[in-house]
Amino acid sequence: MRIERQAARATRFRSPGRGSVVTAVSLALFLILFVAATVYIFAEHLFPAPPPITSAALMVDHQYNLTLYAAGAAFVLAQLGLAYMIFRYRDRGQRAHFTRGHTWMEIAWTVITLATFLGLGIAGNRVWADLEILPSSDDPIQVEVTESQFVYTFRYPGPDGKFGRLEASLVSPATGNPLGIDPSDPAGKDDIVASSLTVPVDRPIELLIRSQDVIHNFFVRELRLQQDAVPGMVIPMHFTPDRIGHYEIVCTQLCGLGHYHMHSMLDVVSASGYTAFLKREAAAQ
Amino acid sequence: MRTEVITDAIGLRGSGGNGANALPPGDGPNGDGSLRSGAVPQRAYVTGMLIALGGILMFFAALVSALVVRKGLSAVPWKATDVPRILWLNTSILVASSITLARSRRDFLTRDEAGFRHWWGVTTILGVFFVAGQVLAWRQLVAAGVYLATNASSSFFYIFTAAHAAHLLGGIVAMLAIAFHRGRRLDHSTATQVVSIYWHFLDALWLCLFVLLLLQDRL
Amino acid sequence: MNAPANTHPEFGRAAAHAEKAFVRRYIFSTDHKIIGLQYFFLALTAVTVGIVLSLLMRFHLVWPAAHLPFVSGGIMTPEQYLALVTMHGTLMVFFVLTTAPQGAFGNFFLPIQIGAPDMAFPRLNMLSFWLTFSAFLCMMAAFLVRGGAPISGWTAYPPLSALGDVTGPGEGTGQTLWLVSILIFCLASLLGSINFISTTIDMRAPGMTLMRMPLTVWAWFVTAILSLLAFSVLLAGGILLFLDRSAGTSFFLPAGLVVNSELQMRNGGSPLLWQHLFWFFGHPEVYIAILPGMGVTSQIIANFSRKPVFGYRVMAIAICAIGFLGFLIWGHHMFVSGMNPYSGLAFSMLTLAIAVPSAVKTFNWLGTLWGGKIQFHVPMLFALGFVSFFITGGLSGIFLAQPALDTMLHATYYVVAHFHLVMGVAAIFGIFGATYYWFPKMFGRMMNETLGKIHFWLTFGAVYCIFMPMHFIGIAGGIRRYADATGPAYLAGLQPLHLFITIAAFIAATAQLVFFYNFFRSLRAGARASNNPWNATTLEWTTSSPPLHDNFDGRYPNVYRGPYDYSVPGASQDFLMQNMPDEQYPAPKGPSDAH
Repeated sequence: MRIERQAARATRFRSPGRGSVVTAVSLALFLILFVAATVYIFAEHLFPAPPPITSAALMVDHQYNLTLYAAGAAFVLAQLGLAYMIFRYRDRGQRAHFTRGHTWMEIAWTVITLATFLGLGIAGNRVWADLEILPSSDDPIQVEVTESQFVYTFRYPGPDGKFGRLEASLVSPATGNPLGIDPSDPAGKDDIVASSLTVPVDRPIELLIRSQDVIHNFFVRELRLQQDAVPGMVIPMHFTPDRIGHYEIVCTQLCGLGHYHMHSMLDVVSASGYTAFLKREAAAQ
Repeated sequence: MRTEVITDAIGLRGSGGNGANALPPGDGPNGDGSLRSGAVPQRAYVTGMLIALGGILMFFAALVSALVVRKGLSAVPWKATDVPRILWLNTSILVASSITLARSRRDFLTRDEAGFRHWWGVTTILGVFFVAGQVLAWRQLVAAGVYLATNASSSFFYIFTAAHAAHLLGGIVAMLAIAFHRGRRLDHSTATQVVSIYWHFLDALWLCLFVLLLLQDRL
Repeated sequence: MNAPANTHPEFGRAAAHAEKAFVRRYIFSTDHKIIGLQYFFLALTAVTVGIVLSLLMRFHLVWPAAHLPFVSGGIMTPEQYLALVTMHGTLMVFFVLTTAPQGAFGNFFLPIQIGAPDMAFPRLNMLSFWLTFSAFLCMMAAFLVRGGAPISGWTAYPPLSALGDVTGPGEGTGQTLWLVSILIFCLASLLGSINFISTTIDMRAPGMTLMRMPLTVWAWFVTAILSLLAFSVLLAGGILLFLDRSAGTSFFLPAGLVVNSELQMRNGGSPLLWQHLFWFFGHPEVYIAILPGMGVTSQIIANFSRKPVFGYRVMAIAICAIGFLGFLIWGHHMFVSGMNPYSGLAFSMLTLAIAVPSAVKTFNWLGTLWGGKIQFHVPMLFALGFVSFFITGGLSGIFLAQPALDTMLHATYYVVAHFHLVMGVAAIFGIFGATYYWFPKMFGRMMNETLGKIHFWLTFGAVYCIFMPMHFIGIAGGIRRYADATGPAYLAGLQPLHLFITIAAFIAATAQLVFFYNFFRSLRAGARASNNPWNATTLEWTTSSPPLHDNFDGRYPNVYRGPYDYSVPGASQDFLMQNMPDEQYPAPKGPSDAH
């Protein structure tokens, strides 16, 4: 009896009662509309990434779609499940159904979730291995990419196929030596330095990415590939473009006040176009 | 639980507690705990110190892993800083201070007030000598032209020794505080126990750091 | 039947405390409740500044050439934009998301929920708060110095952050103040963690076993362990960065750096070392931000479904699992950093693994709702919002956890969408839910339900409008931390999305005015709250609103049951408080009987 009185006094707030229908329906409806809009936008690819230009990029897209289906299914089920619970179990004067849980359900959904995510991870890691770990082909065209605040500088080894030695103390953009190529090194005499990246189609390319000052990044959307440029390191990046065109290179790693306009162009040209490019540039150096 | 063993051994039982071995629910006939004092159990101070040591350990672990990574990534050959010979003396002093501290605490537990105060003072003085010895080591290095920024190894040398010495200074301050001031919430027994744990930890930490500095070429 | 309460020595001490002067009572207080409120109002100040900064950012992204009267020079420069980015992130992550859930609500309610009179070390607690406050002042000072606030982001990667203002404006004194502030904050957090952990271990009331602790206490406890181990590492890394900046060391700076045509005389350090140290802290940090919100959500959903938490034991284990795994996955911030790609494989699998306990928690929240009697009070609305945001934000993490996809999405707006949904919204909804839920207990008054509902609906809708479109910007290649869209040509096509987001942001920010009005008005004029307006079961609801200085007026509870005994079959009411013995025994007499 005393507990009853205590309970009655303690209950200052009653359940919302009838008013809860509006809230329940509104919340459930909002979630349903939200799910519908999200699914629509993703399914219709309303804001797509540009088409991939390598087979590796295509694999990335496939993995992305696989993940989208899995995550999308989970998203729809979970949000709609939430909407359902909100609507179905709103307070209509019923008594709640007491339960502390259900061990088998816990095991089941843990195992299913673990299998799904690990499966995705294994599939994704195979793509990652192809992108980054497995050796590239034997004879890639090497181009060195030097990044600094806030420009990209590209260097080709020239006909001798060797890069000249670089010396930090020789760096002098004002006198036309932005990379600090050592003039005493014969290998550097035929090096070609350019401000945009030109490569031939259907040939394996290896970029050697480095930085002169702070951490930068090299990202081309169509390659679905990016790599930070870390001072003190030279990091290789491989790709084989299969489509001729002009593609933006952007910097994604915050590098200072000019970060937002640090960009360049990747020009994928035909084989003859590439030969012509090298000849032209060699003459202009 | 270990702390229970320690606290029992020195005749201390905390009030309040975890469910498993809690005091019987209250003294009142209706099972309420209304007359239980809400004071902080003394063993909470031991727990607090152990937790703090976990944080300190993590701090030094981060510095050690920084050393290991830095050494691994170093493009130039690693030039290990020569450990000044005085560090051997300082290490012995610190080890001795742990022994005298244990002796002091034993005297405390056997109610030998004079012995306790005597060895407590000796420990404090040894601690001061250790820090002074570390300062001497730094001066020797500076005289040899090895500064904080000379190379990676010297940077780490100064950082490890300075960070450790700073923590030890904190311990010395605590020892002085116990010698001259009686705490209200924290009783003398727990205070000496907690500072002992801290001091022994710093001693053990120093031994690890010392070995690391000596053997850094092998990493 | 027992000795009257007013002769108890504890009562005498409580009476003596009431005589303290204003300064000792409200400014330099050792009372965990006052300290909790101090943290709360500090976080409220920080979040206000943080929101204003973000509005300036959103405005600039859409109208970069607009003339802003309060900006020196009239038009916002790129470095000013980056200073906004840096300070917004720093203030929000440290001074809001680490401070409010743990420092404010944890301090206020952990001792009460375990039946203790205060934290284990009240003076240490006071020191923690004042150190945090000092850190905040130091951080804000960065705006005022020459060069302004730093521009290296809340992540402060060297070499950009380590060479002084040769790398950019704000990198001089501004970055130094930022760094000193963070170091002080680390110290404050470490001291706070010691308190939380010791209190939870040693000061629980009789009968309060680990498996009877409310999930909020589990969350604060695990969060404190994370803080202890993570902030120690940030402290170490921060000291090394400080030395690189001011003592000429080369922890993070390699040889041969040429900045602005100046050759830097450094030697052999590694920028990646900073990233490892920072993210070893940084990843647990985001779990520090969200775990308390998860605890509060469990508490609120159980309360307002009138059902126990579904799978309480699993929920507690999941909190521990998230905490533990959180230390193993920092590398997923570094997939494209130049780190060994093999590491990427390991970090990836572990990151996907941590999605499992997170998903399990979500299923258990749904399970708690199932079969319930859901009452849509305002705290419940925010808890349900938390679940929705956590589902969305968590699932976008599945993409980022795979390095093959991260090469496409890293540093795009996709990442910004992900972390804002989980931190900037879900965790914030956890804070809102906790505020509405515990306002009656903290201040003895009720907040206005209608205003609360308006606040919820406006915020819930507007915030999804802000962050869902960011996914699309990211997929299309919109890069984060860009001051405007005048660089790469393809960015222009994304501006309509940015405009939509900016409008939604202003609506969301305006909606918070409703909350502020409700909060401060209710402090003075809200309806008086009873001890237990929500018919809840945990110990804080057994005592007065607000609680007396020693929390239980000398009558410390014994705990007889678990934390969420709602709708127990055979009970005469649909909730049984933790200090109520089996129904056969009458409830003990106490001050709550007096009214």
